[in-house]
Amino acid sequence: MVQYSSGRLDASFSALSDVTRRGVLEQLGRADASITDLADKFHMTLTGMKKHVGVLEQAGLITTEKVGRVRTCKLGLRQLDEEAAWIERYRQLCDARFDELEKIVEELKRKEKVDGRKKRE
Amino acid sequence: MDARRESEPTPMKNRTRVERKSERELVVTRTINGPARIVFEAWTKPELFRRWWVPKSIGMSLLSCEMDVRVGGKYRLEFEPDAVAFFGTYLEVTPHSRLVWTNEEGGEGGPITTVTFEEKGGKTLLVMHELHSSKEALDAAGTGAADAMVETFAQLDELLLTLGASVGQS
Repeated sequence: MVQYSSGRLDASFSALSDVTRRGVLEQLGRADASITDLADKFHMTLTGMKKHVGVLEQAGLITTEKVGRVRTCKLGLRQLDEEAAWIERYRQLCDARFDELEKIVEELKRKEKVDGRKKRE
Repeated sequence: MDARRESEPTPMKNRTRVERKSERELVVTRTINGPARIVFEAWTKPELFRRWWVPKSIGMSLLSCEMDVRVGGKYRLEFEPDAVAFFGTYLEVTPHSRLVWTNEEGGEGGPITTVTFEEKGGKTLLVMHELHSSKEALDAAGTGAADAMVETFAQLDELLLTLGASVGQS
């Protein structure tokens, strides 16, 4: 079943709200990369990239591993989870939508009944 | 007597289902209590459609809603506060049973949405099917929508918490 906490989701969503971080995820989707590689690719300082990587790691979107002097980043294991999460959120949106639709359909049904009665009179 | 407290709302869980049917397809199903004719009307008249497509709970509202529901006709929805627009073209319009439209706000090759209305015993089974051009496009739509709706969903979360409908607490 879908299991996630809203705190963790908030972390994920805010991690995704930054264009560089989305770029990093895209990049890591193609291949693992070191922080230095990523800093180069996005024309950033090492410190700047470390911050972004930290946010993504904290949100569980990526994992990092230090081998020797190089820290390698890869997409996190929680990706699948994240998919389940956005699908659930989309479901909630649709559910709210269709609840409203249901009210309007109810209203139209009532109106039809009244109109029908008027016609017969 | 019923032990349920008056103040406790009954969560109507899982009446709407969303399923990723394949790498490129997302399917939403829901049964609406009313004949297909009426559900179709609520879906195709802009003055009705705008009242439900953007539920109050998501904290956004429609600035404008134009719909020319016929084959080749266009639609355009603009949202407040930041005037985000969704637009496209109707590809199929079969009264009371089927609607197909394109979603062009992301450029060409956007998803195609098909809605079918199937009436049974005075109720209508709605099936909303989204076909994306690739797995990547659907993935991006998911995270992209999540991204665009960070604040919106925070509000929805609050509402859902109040309703006691939070997920995964088993």
